[in-house]
Amino acid sequence: MVDLRRAAAIVGIHEHVTRYAPDKSELQIQGESVINALADAGLTKDDVDGLFTASSSARNSGMNLADYLNLYPSYVDNTTVGGGSFEFHLSHALTAIAAGRINVAVITYSSLARSGGVSVGTGGVGRFGHPILEPSPDSFEELYGMTTVGLYAMIARRHMHLYGTTSEQLAEVSVAMRHHASMNPEALFRDPITVEDVVGSRVISDPLHLMDCCVITDGGGAVVVASPEVARNCRHTPVWVLGTGEAIAHQGAGKRDLIYIAAHQSSPRAFEMAGVTHDDIDMAMVYDSFTITVVETLEDLGFCKKGEGGEFVSNGRLKVGGALPINTDGGGLSSNHPGMRGLFLLLEATRQLRHQFDGTGRQVPNCQIALAHGTGGALGSRHSGGTVILARD
Amino acid sequence: MTTQWNKPLPTVSGETKPFWDSCRRGQLVIQYCEGCDDYQWYPRGICADCWGESVRWVQASGRGTVWTYTVTYQNRTPGFAEMVPYVLALVELEEGVRMFTNIIDCNPRDVHIGMPVEVTFQTATPQLSIPYFKPAG
Repeated sequence: MVDLRRAAAIVGIHEHVTRYAPDKSELQIQGESVINALADAGLTKDDVDGLFTASSSARNSGMNLADYLNLYPSYVDNTTVGGGSFEFHLSHALTAIAAGRINVAVITYSSLARSGGVSVGTGGVGRFGHPILEPSPDSFEELYGMTTVGLYAMIARRHMHLYGTTSEQLAEVSVAMRHHASMNPEALFRDPITVEDVVGSRVISDPLHLMDCCVITDGGGAVVVASPEVARNCRHTPVWVLGTGEAIAHQGAGKRDLIYIAAHQSSPRAFEMAGVTHDDIDMAMVYDSFTITVVETLEDLGFCKKGEGGEFVSNGRLKVGGALPINTDGGGLSSNHPGMRGLFLLLEATRQLRHQFDGTGRQVPNCQIALAHGTGGALGSRHSGGTVILARD
Repeated sequence: MTTQWNKPLPTVSGETKPFWDSCRRGQLVIQYCEGCDDYQWYPRGICADCWGESVRWVQASGRGTVWTYTVTYQNRTPGFAEMVPYVLALVELEEGVRMFTNIIDCNPRDVHIGMPVEVTFQTATPQLSIPYFKPAG
């Protein structure tokens, strides 16, 4: 394979920090995010030639966004594989830039899930109305009251059965995320919590409690990706893409053991491409739709052995100062989750690699290499996994 | 007096019609590939493994075990909202494939991984019966 290491860099970022924006449209949030991310990079509208976006609500999101921004991109990617779509977008932007097709790509996302009253995790098949089911697979699944949280809960139950993982261990993930959120002024929930708070919260889908589940917010953001030649002249030190890996996991005609998730396939691809090892990773942004998502992902990324994730996430290992700080913005569990959180993983990894929080407790000391892993869809049925490895210049 | 079925109904295609026809007769059928000597779930017009067309319908034993499950306490969808708590499960059939279902006719607290279960059907409409699983008798 062509060596794609450092063939593109993240040069601009913007998080639309709103958690509740009933007065805005999704296109407006995306538009404002793109404008601010380009300003962060020191680039302009005329520099953009690639447009990457995904949405769980808007149809034709790439066309509508180009129209709204009055942009005429020469390269468009609407890859939509759930919440982790944006790690796929970065992977695709890297390839397009390395091939010389484009020089500057914008990846953007927004959602009004909270002000729209969308029951992202518990709405079931009816959360977007009462649809006509597809002949397959819907007609063999949605008859049974599937919910997003239920599909993760089934994997949590299986994990507990096989490995002795406990609710208290899962709760450690929520506690660590809330600790980080307490240092993020934009986070939705900032008051510290305990393991007892999590396991004492009401059960949504056994064994997952309310506080095992991510929050629901509005929000959005944008990432600007550029070629090395452009990146060298941008305002911030480039954050280089070292490696990416993409994967889909599904039921395998009824025979796949879904205790292994898509990260099991995408992670080796990203590490091999990047030429780094797990010991080189200073911090990670791990999609935390639910606490079990983090446990499963850390195992299948290879940070610990299968079945040891419950122990791994305990004893403060995930906090800044621990062995593997993750989700230093507070994650989906405490900071924000507008339905598809993958974009925010790239934003916080970039902030950490820029050393934006130097002098505060949020900064991972001497952060040189970060990993982000987006999961989209549901662990219990079918989902995507996108792993990206990023490095400070 | 008939009860109105207020949960989602399956959409039947030519590809899946033999399955739903069998359900109406109270029989659970799955697909077997001659070339692979293996079963598959959900039903398809091809074998998902070898991509050949030599799949045929076979009657499953209707017995299996709970592979994993969750007791659902919250679902906003009409039909399920009034059913909570209910058990969403993956059942591994004796033939080796796993299918989504509900475990019914028992207390949700009694369900556990490895629990023996057997298929049972509920009539949704005159044309459609839905397979569920209950504790094996």
